[in-house]
Amino acid sequence: MCGIAGLIHRNKSSNVGFELQGMLQALKHRGEDSTGYALYGDTDGKNFIARIKIGENVGEGSSSVAEDVSVYDQRKKEVDACINELGAKIVKEERILPYSLRYEIEYNKKDLLEFSQRIESIPGVEILSMGKSLEVIKDLGNAKMVCERYNLDKLIGTHAIGHARMATESGVDIKSAHPFWGYPFSDVSVVHNGQLTNYWNNRRVLENKGMRFMSECDSELIAVYLAEKMRSGATLEEGMKESLSGLDGVFTYFVATKNSLGMAKDTMAAKPLVLYESDDLVAMGSEEIAIRSVLPQEIDTYDPFDGEVKVWQI
Amino acid sequence: MANLKNVTKKTKAQEMGMHSEVLTGRTQQKFFNPDEAENFYYFGTYDVDFNKRTDLDVKDMTAAEANKKIDNLMSEGYGTIVIKNPQGKHSLGVGILNKLNLIFEGSLGYFGIGSCDGPVVRINGRVGWSCAENLMAGKVVIEKNAGSCFGAAIRGGDLICKGSVGARTGIDMKGGTIIIGGDAGAFTGFMMQRGRIIILGDVGINLGDSMYDGTIFIGGKIGSYGSDAVPSDLTKSDQDWLRRKLKVAEIGENFDVSKMTKVVAGKKLWNYDNLEPTEKKGAI
Repeated sequence: MCGIAGLIHRNKSSNVGFELQGMLQALKHRGEDSTGYALYGDTDGKNFIARIKIGENVGEGSSSVAEDVSVYDQRKKEVDACINELGAKIVKEERILPYSLRYEIEYNKKDLLEFSQRIESIPGVEILSMGKSLEVIKDLGNAKMVCERYNLDKLIGTHAIGHARMATESGVDIKSAHPFWGYPFSDVSVVHNGQLTNYWNNRRVLENKGMRFMSECDSELIAVYLAEKMRSGATLEEGMKESLSGLDGVFTYFVATKNSLGMAKDTMAAKPLVLYESDDLVAMGSEEIAIRSVLPQEIDTYDPFDGEVKVWQI
Repeated sequence: MANLKNVTKKTKAQEMGMHSEVLTGRTQQKFFNPDEAENFYYFGTYDVDFNKRTDLDVKDMTAAEANKKIDNLMSEGYGTIVIKNPQGKHSLGVGILNKLNLIFEGSLGYFGIGSCDGPVVRINGRVGWSCAENLMAGKVVIEKNAGSCFGAAIRGGDLICKGSVGARTGIDMKGGTIIIGGDAGAFTGFMMQRGRIIILGDVGINLGDSMYDGTIFIGGKIGSYGSDAVPSDLTKSDQDWLRRKLKVAEIGENFDVSKMTKVVAGKKLWNYDNLEPTEKKGAI
């Protein structure tokens, strides 16, 4: 069934890593096969932050095949070499887990398509996110486990979206976990609760237009669909509104960019969403208890209606 | 009444030791006699005193613990219980089968007040999905908004939301009344079979889709009609009933009910067409 949560602080930064952890942990009964965070941290905006996966978590419950750590080491060398060949410079690197890299990269080109395609041409390598503010962190387990594994509870930023996943139509692995990066657009991420029934039809059309898919998870389609709309000149909000008719099935999804957060709900209103909105903060989740983890006092919340699209700026 | 039979052969169930008594073929159904009401026992119910009042803080309780505590308080005769700090928890106040004044000082999550029969509940906050599902009797008042599937499959009672509600309000309802002070989402009254829904505000698409019976009154704009939902004439009797209901519900004090749209089932769907002639006569 999956749970999604998101929040955006307007006019200030906050400890969004800790806050989102609390929201997603409150939703863990909706699925804890994997949990993912898309955090928009405070940065100086000079360098790109890339979260790169060079292998899968093969722990308990994983549907991935185990690989030797030496394979990850070899992939990391190839990634490093490729970044240099692209004319980019690694300013800072962290290898948080054997299969997970965090790079700060000095790269002067705005178009990330060539960069991404070259890095992902290395077998077994996937860029989870790339942007000046966005960091996508996703792994197997519930929100607290992933937060502790990646030390996310200290991250200061303005907004974040996240996902607690019950795997249904694709594997229990990191590549199928949410959020999905809006490849190749800097700082765009998506989380989704629901099922898309015209996934393959849309995927074929989008692949013919040169768009890339990394998993067979239907939710990835939303990120790719919106990215293609933006590539064609639409604004994010326009793309979201078009998705209400372009995507078939039941869905509630969140999409975030460097300075905005949006939500869309299908015309059947089959998937839940509770929303709190004030001048300083917007918080939303599949259930009110997610919002209560950051706002324990009595608050006014509501369910957005069917076919509703909303976007908030920081 | 059938005579007792002299049965010598054991049934398979008796051979297996499942029971030893002789089944006679006499009906096992117990018919309720109003003259014996004082002897009638409704399992899981209590005689409570409305003047006996207490507070219950559920902040650090699970839903199961909170519901068990409410049950214990009713067994001690408390007839008015005020729940503090519900904080959006799911499944609070469920399975109450006797009269009770239950007040929530805050919001509920999903499945609040489910499968109840008799209590009067006031929620000074919001409720999540499927509030008061399967309500048999009683009154539930929500001061703020409500989520989707509000009043799903209720059989009786009054369910009042002073704010707006999500999609599929009154889905599969079989009786009772749902009153909404604000707007309602898509598929309101989806497959409803009996009962009445009153929406003072606007309503979304597919209103009354596939409804079998029942009546829906809309005060605002209608997104679209669902299959077999059709407008009908608003009679004086309807208007009188609406005024009475709104007065009791304490909302829409100056609302002009004469401008409301009445929606009923057109009874043209396949389920009517496929009835045997004798059944069709009954349905229509």
